[in-house]
Amino acid sequence: MKITERMLLSGNEAVALAAHNAGVALGTGYPGTPSTEILETFADLGGHAQWSPNEKTALEVGLGSAFGGGRTLVTMKHVGLNVAADPLFTAAYTGVSGALIIVSADDPGMASSQNEQDNRHYAQAACLPMLEPSDSQEAFDFMAAAIEISEQWRIPVLLRMTTRICHSKTIVKPRPLPPPSPASFQCDIQGRVMIPAYARIAHKKLRQKIKKIAAWNETSGLNKIVEGDQALGIISSGVSVVHAREAAPEASLLKLGMTHPLPLESIRCFAEKMDRCLVIEEGDPYLVDAIRAAGISVEGKDDMYRFGELNVNRVRRIVKGDVSQETPPPKGKPPQLCLGCPHRSVFEILRKLDCIVAGDIGCYTLGVLPPFEAMDSCVCMGASIGVGLGLRRVLPGEQARRVVSIIGDSTFVHSGVTGLIEMVYNPPATGHVVIIVDNGTTAMTGLQEHPATGRTLDHQPTGKVVLEDLARSIGVPNVHVIDPSKNQDQFEKILRESLQKEELTLLIARRPCILAAKKIREYEKAAEIAECECCAEMEE
Amino acid sequence: MAGKIANIIVAGLGGQGVLKASDIISEAVFLAGFDIKKSEVHGMSQRGGSVCSDIRYGEAVFSPMVPEGEADYLVVLSEDQVENNRHQLREGGVLITPSMIDENKLTNKKSLNVALLGVLSRNMDIDRSFWLDSIRANLPEKIHEVNFQAFEIGRSIGN
Ligand code: SF4
Repeated sequence: MKITERMLLSGNEAVALAAHNAGVALGTGYPGTPSTEILETFADLGGHAQWSPNEKTALEVGLGSAFGGGRTLVTMKHVGLNVAADPLFTAAYTGVSGALIIVSADDPGMASSQNEQDNRHYAQAACLPMLEPSDSQEAFDFMAAAIEISEQWRIPVLLRMTTRICHSKTIVKPRPLPPPSPASFQCDIQGRVMIPAYARIAHKKLRQKIKKIAAWNETSGLNKIVEGDQALGIISSGVSVVHAREAAPEASLLKLGMTHPLPLESIRCFAEKMDRCLVIEEGDPYLVDAIRAAGISVEGKDDMYRFGELNVNRVRRIVKGDVSQETPPPKGKPPQLCLGCPHRSVFEILRKLDCIVAGDIGCYTLGVLPPFEAMDSCVCMGASIGVGLGLRRVLPGEQARRVVSIIGDSTFVHSGVTGLIEMVYNPPATGHVVIIVDNGTTAMTGLQEHPATGRTLDHQPTGKVVLEDLARSIGVPNVHVIDPSKNQDQFEKILRESLQKEELTLLIARRPCILAAKKIREYEKAAEIAECECCAEMEE
Repeated sequence: MAGKIANIIVAGLGGQGVLKASDIISEAVFLAGFDIKKSEVHGMSQRGGSVCSDIRYGEAVFSPMVPEGEADYLVVLSEDQVENNRHQLREGGVLITPSMIDENKLTNKKSLNVALLGVLSRNMDIDRSFWLDSIRANLPEKIHEVNFQAFEIGRSIGN
């Protein structure tokens, strides 16, 4: 990316550019639509970015970096924050020495997710400041502001984006940002070791801190009023702001940039002046509930608008109070596994053998669609193994023997490992069969690396987790590695036998994703050449 | 076009170059100095499913999404995607589809999307040089020529 005075950037790119300009020392995360491009762009700009096996690990590494005084960025999609929730809540207690910005990229309307949770609740639940940009310029500015807030108050800050902010391109005028202080460790045992005695103190401190931040937010400049008619006042945040401006251009608008803690006095003052005051927000009634709980009377949207994304037409309807049924858009063509996708043969066989398939999150989730229809559950990253084991426990023997868990290589590293350990530790009477469909990449989000590819975020060689060795070392008795497209019959034979065996089996169906295969070969070749040059140098 | 916003939708199937085509339009408009917002949905939609991308430009653009039924231009890269997208077009809006291009004239069939942008460009008040600069910036050098040709083929339609 060439940095110029006026740029056309996606929200993701704008966050990355701000991180770069602010001298962020480390970016960590796990790829997840719509957040993925943030770290990739940050790396392109020369920043140090790395993929972690999952979001919890990413946040923990990020927290350490921020304990050390570095400016740190951790990115994930909304459901990723569920995985990272454990360290998140306590990180709010410990606070940070440098800056820690956690991006939650939410997906209202579920363009590519398994739920449409509204992560604004996390800010409230964990008691953390949260900023919500409404275009790319604000993504840049709010990333900068988040760093400032995080350093000033020594607290992690949530930057909440949504699909339309992440992936829309709008004009950004970037600027240089104040440089970070050098990283250095300062001992603070009481502040960072959360044994109950210290955590009790930390919790009280956190609540005091957030009160102060709330007072500061009344005049922080992050919330803006667009003057208009007093007949209608709109309170809004994130992408809803721009829909609202267009749908009701004559209305007065209070645009909230920091949506936790809320500037309730400013909101009260605004609402009191209006004849009618309406809250326009996408997803859950987060703002309207909080504002009403403060005793301010405002109007919200009908529950029908809680589902899916908002847009200008829907906001027009909300303003009018129109709750008549919406016309659904004509159906498009659903996505499919690519022609020649290595997962195809696996699903064909699963279908043929009439397996009960506990599925997982990735391209292979498309195995649920025709012509395969070979997936019976899909809950969250890593759930396939646990769900499969649970099914094996309760189903009558005949059915139990048909249960198979299917999981991708990236997903397996993300959160399948513990499931596999559970399988060894508490094996069901009929045993179990787990298939790792190992396509050598994180295909769903755009071909990212992960610990089992043995390459870093920028495709350089690094330590590699060998899945079959891992499985054997934790005690899985039967481990097979097969190319499912080349040796379809053999794959079917081994699967049949494994299902009969009443033992634990891990089948690794290994063949690169067709979209990634060429690039993988290039990276491998580059690594070989680098190695040879290294030997040659040693000989000299 | 003071105060007026132009709305463009590019639609097709994942992998067909919908996102590329909309990048090229956006950058041409950006270079011409307008305020612009482009919006699309990635993810599942890229595995051969229906995809579409919204572009809006003018003096000041608010929402990045084209309101339903308000597209001035609808560019559809795949004939079988015309029907499920037609509702996006406003009355009197311009529909641009592959049937307008004689594919045999294209040196490389993959440049069909750029040929359709040529057709689109005739309707838009954006200097030709910005289009060419944008094609240059968005495509690898070795296919510049092929795409310039495709663009001109599209641009000549209706002449
Ligand atoms: S991207 Fe790769 S893994 Fe995903 S469907 Fe296509 S070939 Fe299969």
